[in-house]
Amino acid sequence: MINNKRVYPDKPTKVYFFGTCLVDLLYPEAGVDGMRLIAREGVKVIYPQNQTCCGQPAWNSGYREQARAVARQQMSCFPNNHPIIVPSGSCAGMMRYHYPELFKGEREETTVQAFAQRIFELTEFLVHVLKINRQDLGKPIKVALHTSCSARREMGVAEEHERLLAQLENVEIAQHMRKEECCGFGGTFAIKHPEISAAMVEEKSDALLQENPERVISGDCGCLMNITGHLKQRESRLRGQHIASFLWERTNATDS
Amino acid sequence: MQQTVDFQNRSHNALGDPQIRKNFRSAMDGLIQKRRQAFPEREALEQLRWKGEKIKANALSKLPALLAQLEENCVKNGIQVHWAETVEEANHIVLDIMNRHDAKQLIKGKSMVSEEMDLNHFLEQHGIECLESDLGEFIIQLINEKPSHIIAPAIHMNRLQVAKLFNEKFPEIPYTDDVDTMTRNARDILRRKFYEAPVGLSGVNFAVAETGTLCLVENEGNGRMCATVPQVHIAVTGIEKVVEKLSDIPTLLRLLTRSATGQPITTYFNMINAPRQSGEKDGPKEVHLVLLDNGRSRIFQDAELISTLRCIRCGACMNNCPVYARIGGHAYGTTIPGPIGSILEPQKSGLDELGDLPTASTLCGACAEVCPVRIPIPKLLNRLRFEKNRTDETGSVKGAGSGREWKEATLWKLWQILHATPPLYRIGVKIITRLRGLMPTQLGPWTSVRKAPRIAKKSLHELAQEEGFDHE
Ligand code: SF4
Repeated sequence: MINNKRVYPDKPTKVYFFGTCLVDLLYPEAGVDGMRLIAREGVKVIYPQNQTCCGQPAWNSGYREQARAVARQQMSCFPNNHPIIVPSGSCAGMMRYHYPELFKGEREETTVQAFAQRIFELTEFLVHVLKINRQDLGKPIKVALHTSCSARREMGVAEEHERLLAQLENVEIAQHMRKEECCGFGGTFAIKHPEISAAMVEEKSDALLQENPERVISGDCGCLMNITGHLKQRESRLRGQHIASFLWERTNATDS
Repeated sequence: MQQTVDFQNRSHNALGDPQIRKNFRSAMDGLIQKRRQAFPEREALEQLRWKGEKIKANALSKLPALLAQLEENCVKNGIQVHWAETVEEANHIVLDIMNRHDAKQLIKGKSMVSEEMDLNHFLEQHGIECLESDLGEFIIQLINEKPSHIIAPAIHMNRLQVAKLFNEKFPEIPYTDDVDTMTRNARDILRRKFYEAPVGLSGVNFAVAETGTLCLVENEGNGRMCATVPQVHIAVTGIEKVVEKLSDIPTLLRLLTRSATGQPITTYFNMINAPRQSGEKDGPKEVHLVLLDNGRSRIFQDAELISTLRCIRCGACMNNCPVYARIGGHAYGTTIPGPIGSILEPQKSGLDELGDLPTASTLCGACAEVCPVRIPIPKLLNRLRFEKNRTDETGSVKGAGSGREWKEATLWKLWQILHATPPLYRIGVKIITRLRGLMPTQLGPWTSVRKAPRIAKKSLHELAQEEGFDHE
């Protein structure tokens, strides 16, 4: 589970962007902002129109055959040997670590292993490959960061999330209680065990609200959908934002 | 599935009980903290965990040979070895030993395998009184409950609840809620029993094949009393507890005590080699070792699931589990609760009975991150979810395929068609975004504590095109 230290390539000329289904439908601006962040560093970004979903929902529900069919479709979208950037720890984890498991013993096994090596979660790509460091143009703000469990434990990029926020001079990061703890989303878990999930998101939200942040930032839209959905239900004014959108908003001259 | 309903009901009740919520949360927070302090250096910890994994994986890779070697060496040392394929067999082995000595009382140290056997219940039916001597076990035995945690069986109760219970059960002792005084009182009660009971029973943490040594890790000294004061000592354990060499023990012990309670070492660490030898003044005259299978050899046969058997029962996975911390151990309804229970128990009882437990996890990975022998618990939960739904006949897991429901399977099939056919997907997304105003505001269980998510006006597919990003 724990990510071993990864050797990062030099800055490429082109990358693919895999937006993820949640971003596609619920947070498309996060996808656009992620692509802008990369393109601004002089890298050409390709967004294949045939992409859909990484297949994780079926994989985590025990429907491997269905997951495999969908995973095959995704892999066919990225034929050239460019890095593939994913603005989500959990979808990146799926493609990087679980695709090889999913195709174990299948005829594509070795191609899938090579494919998995090309997967980068957005923040690790920004920090280690593009080495971005832009000036913060925004007003002082206090934000809380919720790093998803897959970003933290599977992709091992919690530190990268923090580093990107720490680069922003006027941004104060509010530390919250048990920040390593899961928000209770877990995909179909939230549907199968709604009461346990509810207890988890309630306590996560309590911890966040206690610090009085002006925004909750996350690199995963599953967590955002869960936490902000609950905050709205509580009629809290605290809003959530994907880290890509937050970074773009803070560093892009025309937007702020 | 009745079990599903039971699990849902039990967790519903636990979630609605503020005392349970508070007791577990604060106890788990404390244990998490202690473990963290016990492993100050990340790199050293990771290396130790690798070593722990290797030791246990090595032992499992030669399990049959090591068990044979263990038996041989135990017998050489004078320990009588018994094999039990089922809990019934194990119970009868213990009963036979009791009967042979005409023993009506059994004093017990903490043993999760005896819980697995439901030994107390079984022996009581045969007129034998069982006395738990571990403080936590002693407490829950007073109210006829099961352990809610594998190393801290009464963790679901707080100090004041225990004080009240003692006062009810032992009215002759003046009320106190001071932990030390309560412990001393319990000790006094138990001391007397130790002198009376002719047979003592304990678990085993590690059984060393090379030397025929049984290692017992504990904090209260009651384990040592059980193994030394009565004339007969019975040790019960699962076959997966065997390790190859004596030199494997220091690593495992360091991992176990630090992961469990954050202690560098427990107050007592016992290595039992033999019964009383001639010329010795104390120790039991007979030592028995009962080795229980109960489904373990089936788990042993699967190349992936075998890592379930590496578990050294430290409890760290439950301490760190956000689900366990909220619903507590009893909600699981199994001998072993928490993340390890959710992979182990369904394999033993069958997915038809306990197939719901592998779904009771967000796969957050907190368990695997702390497990001292690096059991990839989320991966195995995922595997069991697959086994539960698989349709072919090749599944080796008990109850494989039992959870497949045509409605759910059809939904996933439709999901597959939609997501493996890009034009269809794009049309679908376009329709949904255009009709977003018609989206229902109630989405089943999701909206019980959340507002429904808002569908975007335009999808990323559309925006990417509008923004001029190339598509190939
Ligand atoms: S699975 Fe790992 S963490 Fe959990 S009790 Fe067993 S050894 Fe400890």
